[in-house]
Amino acid sequence: MSRQSNRTTDNKKMNSELFTLTYGALVTQLCKDYENDEEVNKQLDKMGYNIGVRLIEDFLARSSVGRCQDFRETADVIAKVAFKMYLGVTPSVTNWSPAGDEFSLVLESNPLVDFVELPDNHNVLIYSNLLCGVLRGALEMVQMAVDVRFAQDTLRGDNVTEIRMKFIKRIEENLPYHIRFF
Amino acid sequence: MTVHNLYIFDRNGACLHYSEWNRKKQAGISKQEEFKLMYGMLFSIRSFVSKMSPLDMREGFQCFQTSRYKLHFYETPTGLKFIMNTDLSVPNARETLHQIYSTLYVDYIVKNPLCSLGDPLQSDLFSARLDTFIKNLPYFNPRAA
Repeated sequence: MSRQSNRTTDNKKMNSELFTLTYGALVTQLCKDYENDEEVNKQLDKMGYNIGVRLIEDFLARSSVGRCQDFRETADVIAKVAFKMYLGVTPSVTNWSPAGDEFSLVLESNPLVDFVELPDNHNVLIYSNLLCGVLRGALEMVQMAVDVRFAQDTLRGDNVTEIRMKFIKRIEENLPYHIRFF
Repeated sequence: MTVHNLYIFDRNGACLHYSEWNRKKQAGISKQEEFKLMYGMLFSIRSFVSKMSPLDMREGFQCFQTSRYKLHFYETPTGLKFIMNTDLSVPNARETLHQIYSTLYVDYIVKNPLCSLGDPLQSDLFSARLDTFIKNLPYFNPRAA
């Protein structure tokens, strides 16, 4: 992402193959650095989280989306605006739980896995786990604690990629202790 | 017409940035005390405004004015707060504050991986750009102050 002075005409394209391959190189390096795949999953999630807490600011600055009124609106904004903006795909929002606190993002195609095939010795690896971290980090910054995980993954033989998101709670804002007694 | 000063607070009440242009009178307390006072007031007034609102409220607290100055307030959904004091002739400055957020803060702080979020901003580039931005505002004119 580079600096643009004019946000509204910001249609700068990035080579998607370069992006996909860069992500691949990152995962490969993590697999080399860590003994087991669970640890790699954890690292991907952590990296994603750190990206998410910054990415949300960029998202808000660019999209002029205000605060969402409910979780359904949040789901729509994530699918239709955020995924479109950053990954160029629009997942469908489905499988709402009856209580309305849980839904799935179903991706027909996942741009991160364009050239990927998981070898047999990596069957625990959640290749695109970075996305979970990004979503978790970004939503945490707008006072929403969520649980995000992959429910289906084309890399593991499923037909689609499904990200399951569960609303946990609103993070209440409190007046910091040091200020309360000024 | 003029701009007096500008505060940026993060969601935890830490003052990330402060700068002033045509401030003729100081508060008479240390800067740290002043930031706390400012944040405490904003926090209270915000919750007061939303509690007392007789209608469903979207934007909430936006500004207040006295006989001499006007305080403009803008908060992002992530809880960053931008506060600018100007004189009375300045109309709604929310758009300006939003611009400071989206073109300066996001570009020079958030996208700079070496700037840690939540610490006071130390980017000279940001400060310089902010200074230029404010001085180029149509209503920044110290002579008339």
